[in-house]
Amino acid sequence: MPSSISDLAAGASQADHPQGVLFDIKRFALHDGPGIRTTLFLKGCPLSCVWCHNPESQNREPDLMFWQDRCIGCRACVMVCRERAIVVSDGLARTDRGRCTGCGRCVEACPADARRIVGRRWSIQSLLQEIESDVLFYDQSGGGITLSGGEPLAQTAFAVALLTACRERRIHTAVDTCGHAPWTDVEALAAVTDLFLYDIKLIDAARHRELTGASNAQILNNLGRLDDTGGRIWIRYPLIPGLNDRADDLIALGDLVARLRHVEAIHILPYHRGGLKKHERLGCPSTLQNKQEAHSVAAADHGREILRGIVKVPVRIGG
Amino acid sequence: MNARIERLRGECLAALPSVSGERARLLTAFYKSLDPKAHPVPVQRALAFRYLAEHQSIHIGDGELIVGERGPHPKATPTYPELCCHTLDDLDVLPTRGKTPFRVDEAVHTLYADEVIPYWRDRSMRTHVFAAMSSEWKAAFDAGVFTEFMEQRSPGHAVLDDKIYRLGFDDVKTWISASAARISASGDPKEADKLAELEAMSICCDAIVCFAERHARHARELSKGTHDPIRQAELAQIAEICEWVPRRAPRTFREALQMYWFVHLGVVIELNEWDSLNPGRIDQHLYPFYRREVDLGQLTPERAKELLECFWIKFSNQPAPPKVGVTEEQSATYNDFTLINTGGVDRNGGDGVNELSYLILDVIEEMRLPYTGSCIQLSKVNPDRFLLRTLEVVRRGFGQPSIFNTDAICLEFLRAGKSLEDARAGGPSGCVTVSAFGKESCVLTGYMNWPKILEITLHDGIDPRTGRRLGPATGDPRSFHSLDQLFDAYQTQLKHFVDLKIHGNHRIERLFAENMPAPFLSTVIEDCIDRGEDYNDGGPRYPTTYLQGVGLGTTTDALAAIGEHVFAHQDFTMTELLDALDADFEGFEPLQRKLLRHSPKFGNGDENADAIAQRLFDIYFFAIDGRPNTKGGRYRINLLPTTVHVFFGEMVGATADGRRACVPLSDGISPVQGADTLGPTAVIRSAGKIDHVRTGGTLLNQRFLPDVLRDESGLRKLADLVRTYFRLDGHHIQFNVVDSATLREAQQDPESHRDLIVRVAGYSDYFNNLDRPLQDEIIARTAHESA
Repeated sequence: MPSSISDLAAGASQADHPQGVLFDIKRFALHDGPGIRTTLFLKGCPLSCVWCHNPESQNREPDLMFWQDRCIGCRACVMVCRERAIVVSDGLARTDRGRCTGCGRCVEACPADARRIVGRRWSIQSLLQEIESDVLFYDQSGGGITLSGGEPLAQTAFAVALLTACRERRIHTAVDTCGHAPWTDVEALAAVTDLFLYDIKLIDAARHRELTGASNAQILNNLGRLDDTGGRIWIRYPLIPGLNDRADDLIALGDLVARLRHVEAIHILPYHRGGLKKHERLGCPSTLQNKQEAHSVAAADHGREILRGIVKVPVRIGG
Repeated sequence: MNARIERLRGECLAALPSVSGERARLLTAFYKSLDPKAHPVPVQRALAFRYLAEHQSIHIGDGELIVGERGPHPKATPTYPELCCHTLDDLDVLPTRGKTPFRVDEAVHTLYADEVIPYWRDRSMRTHVFAAMSSEWKAAFDAGVFTEFMEQRSPGHAVLDDKIYRLGFDDVKTWISASAARISASGDPKEADKLAELEAMSICCDAIVCFAERHARHARELSKGTHDPIRQAELAQIAEICEWVPRRAPRTFREALQMYWFVHLGVVIELNEWDSLNPGRIDQHLYPFYRREVDLGQLTPERAKELLECFWIKFSNQPAPPKVGVTEEQSATYNDFTLINTGGVDRNGGDGVNELSYLILDVIEEMRLPYTGSCIQLSKVNPDRFLLRTLEVVRRGFGQPSIFNTDAICLEFLRAGKSLEDARAGGPSGCVTVSAFGKESCVLTGYMNWPKILEITLHDGIDPRTGRRLGPATGDPRSFHSLDQLFDAYQTQLKHFVDLKIHGNHRIERLFAENMPAPFLSTVIEDCIDRGEDYNDGGPRYPTTYLQGVGLGTTTDALAAIGEHVFAHQDFTMTELLDALDADFEGFEPLQRKLLRHSPKFGNGDENADAIAQRLFDIYFFAIDGRPNTKGGRYRINLLPTTVHVFFGEMVGATADGRRACVPLSDGISPVQGADTLGPTAVIRSAGKIDHVRTGGTLLNQRFLPDVLRDESGLRKLADLVRTYFRLDGHHIQFNVVDSATLREAQQDPESHRDLIVRVAGYSDYFNNLDRPLQDEIIARTAHESA
């Protein structure tokens, strides 16, 4: 434990080497753990859930987002693009994403605010400044920081370094993870994490693979081992109508949680359609498109009742 | 609420404000019959007050338990021709204007044409005030550089302490006699003036007792006319109470409420003060009555609540008398700014919250009466459950109660030289300005338009709207090489206008001191009786004068943008910027976009922007704080706008923060509308950098959706936000919890709603950051939840 401010500064400068890619920082986050928090959204995710509402988080590198409805076809972006990746046709700028390097010159040039680079590299030091600016709010409310994403385990070394620095500063740490990573990575993270918000998408292995693009074996295995080590865990379950909201799905989840000792709560996160337009802006339309229904209050309540019949811990709708 | 309250509240809400000619008629008749040489001015005023108390109509509404109106019936609003003599044109405009209309009967028109205007036109204070001002002052006033509080109303902002619950007006008369004897015996050089003032106060004591006794007689008459035995008994009790108070100190909870109400009516009938009157920390004042009667089984909490609700409705029956012109623009509301305080600390600095505090929160929640203002005082020693219960009421979404930081207010008082005892017993008066309850005249005198002063600075002392020179030549900004030079020029201009305003204030203060004393108000504010001096002439222990700064956010963002783009990065020249501002950005849209989107903005915890705000604050503070007024008191600053930021905005062309001409300025110390994009913690950090302790009040507005505060956890986090702001010595915060209608407006006009926060699903986000379908979904859901 550092004994003085200068020790803290020294610690920070040692940890300053890793850089992380973040796509957002949200302050006054109220639903990502206890108290008032700052949530940091890391880029990169090993899953590709069909319902993903943060598709800009999937790629580890910065992405260009494009608001088609704002584009006025003025060619300002074409003029500044060094890669000649942009052409204007039918009054709309079209970007060859294979050529785009994400340099951001077109974003600066666009007079219509139709372009934005999502994702920025951060040093630990500069992030700590952002985090510490709200430290009085964490102190008052019992809050802290939450790493989310994307998937923090897609940038494990960076995440561990950042959480370590927060620990040194007595800032409460939480990690929102899908758990799809080697156990050693989870273990390293667990050593500096006060609370896990652990996402479970589906217990059924085959459908998990179908809907997220990956097996859930490692996810469930890591959850069990994390539970064995005694880490505090809140389970988060996105409820997607027609995809994982059958009674069987919820019973299987309840049975799993009932076997674990350190899960403190289950949060059902009802699906919302916030991600659909983002897919478009990234030039990769969602497979769900507009067919997907938003959640109904009744469905979420029903899911909660099923879980309440099985588990002893609190079950809440919403984070 | 019970059936009685439901009916009284319904009647209050249904009544339409109208102009009553009665007071103007009585006053004119009195003054016409008066030999001005027979009495000194304070005695004339006291006799006028007594004449009104003896002759004005008495109204006791059916079912009322607390009685008395300012006019002949609820919302029949008297006029004050001795302060502002409305013209026939004014009377024509009042019924038809969009905001705050008043009905005006033909009889009022005739009365004004035949009697009131011929007598008062050249005698009103408004006439005297404008006649006394220099042409330079008038030019700045006309240009919207500052406003003038005393051009239609009189100095007020008085708040009461607990003395009226301990002393009846017979006791006050004894106190007055003792003071007169002491002054006579001491050979005071101002003996004659002081004895006249004390004589006036004594006449006013008789007048208020007479006014109450007329209510007693009226109640007995009404009792004869009703066959309902329950109402007969109620009227008999009303009569007994009105015979007891205000002559003697109240004995019961109900008498205490009626006591305050008579004093309130006395103050607002005597003059049209700005703001009206405020009972102060009513939970602590009334608690001894409440506790004793509840313990003895003479009062139940339900009955206490009913009485409080009757009391609450009385305030909302009294709209602020009709304002016109700039005064209407700067305060376009019926609200007469009573702000009932609850909570805070006791005289030893301990927790002042009691059972009654919670009962009062219930009353606020049930009444939902925006013109009966309410606030809580929150100290670190108050329990969280008091704050949480307050936020539950706030969550109902009508902006009440606002929340004040008692601990910071105590520091403000101590810095301004008040005693610890008076500091602990004080708090906010009308809107956010603090007053030592029962001991201070904290007189707000006018708003200063910071962005206008910056605009004049950028034009070397000339108002670009008229081409007229208003300020000194401080150099062509095109020749400036640094932001410091611009700051220096701004400081010179600001100092010039502050000097002009204060010079005018000195004249106006004397005009009121000499011509418009307030002897009745003086009886309840210490040390008027002991000194034999009037409320308007240095009688109060702390005679403070304020100038209110407006447009901190707008001015900060404008200077931050100039610093960034003209001086630091040289993205464009000062010439280009000024051309763009003069063209209201027509043809300069890319430049405007840079100003709007790529400049530091106050309210985001941005160090550059916040440092500029601090510098602007210091310039204002050092130009004003500590300067003497003519009443033995000092000038202080505060930062609040009421509605003047809209009017001031209309007087200011495009500003360098990207704001177009005529758009409202930022309000209070809040960020420019929509410029705060990093959430409430960042706003609070920026606002917390203002040194609230060196002010007498600041105003911070925050907006939330009901859904953010949906559950206990959300409520607690909001409480933590408040507590953190108060740890930073924040003075005041108020919350708007908005509904679906606002969300629809936000869809129509996203630019102005950039700070609107909504809870989506599992997280909160800015409404603007959401796509249309999701926005629609949230609107539907919110409407569903509130159904």
